Amino acid sequence: MMTAHDGNTNGWDRNQMAARAARELKDGFYVNLGIGIPTLVANNIPEGMTVTLQSENGMLGIGPFPYPDEVDADLINAGKQTISELDSTSYFSSSDSFAMIRGGHIDLTVLGAMEVSEGGDIANWMIPGKMIKGMGGAMDLVAGVKRIIVVMEHNAKDGSPKFIPACTLPLTGRNSVDLIITDLGVFERPDHGSPFKLLEMAPGVTAEDIRSKTTAHYVE
Amino acid sequence: MAQKIYPDAAAALDGLLFDGMTIAAGGFGLCGIPERLIDAIVASGVKNLTIASNNAGIDNEGLGKLLRTRQVGKMISSYVGENKEFERQYLADELEVEFCPQGTLAERMRAGGAGIPGFYTKTGVGTQVAHGKEVKQFDGPNGPEEYILERGIRADLSIIKGWKADEVGNLLFRKTARNFNQPAATCGRICVAEVEQIVPVGSLDPDCIHVPSIYVKRLINGSPYDKKIEFMMTRERESA
Repeated sequence: MMTAHDGNTNGWDRNQMAARAARELKDGFYVNLGIGIPTLVANNIPEGMTVTLQSENGMLGIGPFPYPDEVDADLINAGKQTISELDSTSYFSSSDSFAMIRGGHIDLTVLGAMEVSEGGDIANWMIPGKMIKGMGGAMDLVAGVKRIIVVMEHNAKDGSPKFIPACTLPLTGRNSVDLIITDLGVFERPDHGSPFKLLEMAPGVTAEDIRSKTTAHYVE
Repeated sequence: MAQKIYPDAAAALDGLLFDGMTIAAGGFGLCGIPERLIDAIVASGVKNLTIASNNAGIDNEGLGKLLRTRQVGKMISSYVGENKEFERQYLADELEVEFCPQGTLAERMRAGGAGIPGFYTKTGVGTQVAHGKEVKQFDGPNGPEEYILERGIRADLSIIKGWKADEVGNLLFRKTARNFNQPAATCGRICVAEVEQIVPVGSLDPDCIHVPSIYVKRLINGSPYDKKIEFMMTRERESA
């Protein structure tokens, strides 16, 4: 079991960020997890808590990866990986799947991002000048899910901040993010009219560390 | 009653294909793609197609085959990764791409099939997707919110892949292979379906039909299928 304090004094690693995101889950939640770090949240669901995972290609109740002799090409997740079903699983069409998402029936989604603005805008689907792969279901998720959690590195590989005053990349959604978890800390806002507040810091990280690596305005 | 079962994909598509037409295709990645019908469209040589499909296949699989032969003029898709030929044609401006959010694409097909020419959605508000589209305010739980107008898709032809159908075209899917096949089935002027088994009328539970026969105009048994897997993931069995 991963803890948030196992010797890492310089912020959280990917698993620890996922474990922190898992603390936002509640019993009975229906949740959609994005690709990358968000997928790791599934490994951190607390014992005894029932959380149903939605896959936007048309499935509620995602099981673990299949045993080698149970692989089924008709059973994949939104990342096109083979998966298994649970006794509680249901299948449906893409239009029903996104009716669920857009109709506000999904309690929470965890997504990666390239940029988040201080006003809660999110950019995670394209970089101008590079090959565009498409937004997939990300725009629907940020527009429709009740609570939007972003898990991302605090700074890009070149050190530039990713939590910034205004997104420079094309948006995935406007004013949609509720909670940001980075390797350095957690920012939250109570509603979409309020500024983000620094809620907690990863072990070994100071408020000054975060201040020096962030250009977005937030409340300490 | 008109006979719906055809001997093969080429026969089922006979008289339906023309240059510049719009085709709605089911499938998500390589899961539940109408591979026999795609092969027959490749063989027909029909050109300048507009294809509404969530993905564009991968190199040499699925719709990737139609891209390789340069038969596609425009794709309407939400995600087109995993395809080098697609990338080459797109960057060389040889292929037009309309990126459409996945839920909006599914709803555009559903709406088109249901006779709904347009609908308002929050998806894409404030993004590039909203450019040139009508914006309208509706009351939401937190006061007035903006929505954008999206158009239903009416295709000249729908191609879908099912699991089982009966002889009149009542059709079932299997697991996550349902995906876009269900809404795509409804939005074409004609829907041609390929399935793994055709069973006698009366052998499917009428309470459990995914696509009622009215939508399926032509039907083939495309077996045997060699279903492709994009990302094989497994876990070890715990030893006793």
